[in-house]
Amino acid sequence: MSLDDLYRRVIMDHYQQPRNRGKMEDGAVTVDLNNPTCGDRISVQMRIKDDTIEEAKFLGEGCSISLASASMMTEAVKGLSVDQALHLVDLFSRMMQGEEVDTDEFPLEDIEALQGVANFPARIKCATLAWKALEKGAGESGERLDSP
Amino acid sequence: MNRYAKDFPILGQQVNGNPLVYLDSSATSQKPFQVIEAVETYYKQYNSNVHRGVHTLGSRATDAYEGAREKVRRLINAESTQEIVYTRGTTTALNIVASSYACPRLGEGDEILISPSEHHSNLIPWQQVAKKTGAALKYFTLEPDGTLDLEKAKQAINERTRLVAIAQVSNVLGTIFPVKELAKAVHDRGGVIVVDGAQSVPHMKVDVRELDCDFLAFSGHKMAGPTGIGVLYGKKELLEAMEPVEFGGEMIDHVDLYESTWKELPWKFEGGTPLIAGAVGLGAAVDYLEQVGMDTVAEHDRKLAAYAVKRMEEVEGLNIYGPREDRMGIVTFNIEGVHPHDVATVLDAEGIAVRAGHHCCQPLMRWMEVAATARASFYLYNDEADIDRLVQGLQKTKEYFGNVLR
Ligand SMILES: Cc1ncc(COP(=O)(O)O)c(C=O)c1O
Repeated sequence: MSLDDLYRRVIMDHYQQPRNRGKMEDGAVTVDLNNPTCGDRISVQMRIKDDTIEEAKFLGEGCSISLASASMMTEAVKGLSVDQALHLVDLFSRMMQGEEVDTDEFPLEDIEALQGVANFPARIKCATLAWKALEKGAGESGERLDSP
Repeated sequence: MNRYAKDFPILGQQVNGNPLVYLDSSATSQKPFQVIEAVETYYKQYNSNVHRGVHTLGSRATDAYEGAREKVRRLINAESTQEIVYTRGTTTALNIVASSYACPRLGEGDEILISPSEHHSNLIPWQQVAKKTGAALKYFTLEPDGTLDLEKAKQAINERTRLVAIAQVSNVLGTIFPVKELAKAVHDRGGVIVVDGAQSVPHMKVDVRELDCDFLAFSGHKMAGPTGIGVLYGKKELLEAMEPVEFGGEMIDHVDLYESTWKELPWKFEGGTPLIAGAVGLGAAVDYLEQVGMDTVAEHDRKLAAYAVKRMEEVEGLNIYGPREDRMGIVTFNIEGVHPHDVATVLDAEGIAVRAGHHCCQPLMRWMEVAATARASFYLYNDEADIDRLVQGLQKTKEYFGNVLR
């Protein structure tokens, strides 16, 4: 378990040049989450149309792992259906628990770089924060679509 | 390793391939074998409920449980063991004062005065009291270096101030607050002072009669004792006038179908089977600290704090929060451009344990205009070599992030 397994170059790249950092004007599902043990905060926005996530953005304060993970997540979910996104959340959280998952299933190769976080138990919550927000946002929109 | 470190078995280990340097004692301290063995002996030789059985083990357990209370009384120089209530910790002790002392006595027009630097445990209970009673919650103004200007603080205390609650030592800034002077100012206006001693009682001589504080709360686990046990000290006449918070076994005198009466102090506040092993361990911790001497502990703490501040200031791009001088062994800092989590992870890989986050002080983090910080805190088992390791680790952190962040 070395630091380089945690702080992979792709992760640092997303941390320094976050993708989709910002705010959407309107018509977006917004989920604000924080990690009460450390004070990290994230706000994830998604525009969902016809069961498809057209766009996702985030704003937040946090460490390299949480911000890089948010950046990757917002890239990965673009164009996915709500169900596909929820499947991705499941895949990601299993990877964080140290399970062997088929990383080819990730629509974005970079995500695989977060695998090393599983070896740093104190940091898993940093990595999963944005994905929890995705789960909540996508789940809520699903409920809305189902209801008459 | 210094001479005290040898008493703490946990410290002799390797973490991530390096000798452990434990710098998170303000979250919880380590325990010497004297405490661990006292708890073990209790469970192995005289585990029994207290204040009940007439049998021999029951008497031994009761003697140990009450004997520890006398040790705590002596440590803080309370007048009587009736003023020493065992609780689960500082949080529970402060909540007892909030719900049993403040709630029934405060109302609209009254003010509660606290500091923005308070731990959530000494902040949220007062928010709740304000909500329930209509009293106003007010804050002292901190100076830029995280200290209190005594003259300004005295002016903030007025005839509406019914209660001042403040930590004697801040768990983030390391500031020592002038509680003795504040106590006098509050008393002159007819109010009471509640002192959060979570970070002071473990590290310095605290004399409740000298401070003339009305209540003092602290936790065993931060003073070389077990988790799950703490103390509420209260002046006898105040505790006597207060209603119990928990009702049930152990705390009663006489029970009828519709009415009951309570035991005398301090037992009316100790409903249910108490944490006997915890009290035994706390007693052993007090013995241990007194053997070292609280003045020696405090001197060691201040010396390490001064050394740490001096050494850490040599690290370029490192900001230290709180006063430069006259502070206890808690040093909170940030390295420019590196999130405190990342700092803590790199240090952990070096075997150095520090804390990162908001340290249960979200309003203080906002006052400091940071989202989170890293914190190194010391106790008697730390020495200058530990701080040298920390500074090396910090240099390494900077180098590492300097490299990966290019
Ligand atoms: C200043 C201060 N007050 C209160 C507490 C709460 O103590 P406990 O968690 O033991 O109840 C702590 C420690 O976390 C503290 O540092």
